[in-house]
Amino acid sequence: MDVMQRIDDAVKSNPVVIFMKGTPQMPSCGFSARAAEALISTGVEFSYVNVLTDPEIFENLPRYADWPTFPQIYINHELTGGGDIILEMMQNGQLKGVCEEAVAADKA
Amino acid sequence: MSLQTVIEKKLSDLFSPEYLLVENESHMHNVPAGSEMHFKVQIVTDSFENQTLINRHRAINNALKEELAGPIHALSMHTFTPDEWAKRNGQVQDSPPCQGGGK
Repeated sequence: MDVMQRIDDAVKSNPVVIFMKGTPQMPSCGFSARAAEALISTGVEFSYVNVLTDPEIFENLPRYADWPTFPQIYINHELTGGGDIILEMMQNGQLKGVCEEAVAADKA
Repeated sequence: MSLQTVIEKKLSDLFSPEYLLVENESHMHNVPAGSEMHFKVQIVTDSFENQTLINRHRAINNALKEELAGPIHALSMHTFTPDEWAKRNGQVQDSPPCQGGGK
């Protein structure tokens, strides 16, 4: 399958998905680690794609949503942010609600 | 001109910030001394008024497109309007330590 299609599938089939370096349990980048921790703190189930084990996605994800860096977090099938934005949303209390709504919308 | 100076100049010219701090955080990472790869930007400007965070970050990504396609490996952004900045007393989050994940 075409790589853009694979990325699109991951975004469209998961209400909350993070494309990160490493895994939530074993992150390989401080920014990815913090973003994954923020998602874990919401208690909402989320998916992840480890871009370090998928060179094709690593190369092509930046042009998918025109965002040059990792991690990238898609909530409700839309790019919500990189690491700084997710952290900011956790600190101002928005993140949990936004993730919960996305999961609920997905089940509806 | 150092990359740090280039970033400062581009952001100053484009956003006329009330406050701008560009820090080279490459020393926090496993790269040679004097490297310019990891940067943190704190920027306070009127032009972020009524802009979502993602749009503010996109505006900076666009301003630094060339640098992000080349030498910049990581760019941490903290974007505020003057009101938001006043409310935070100028406090932003520290960047995390690198965990060695390659580019």
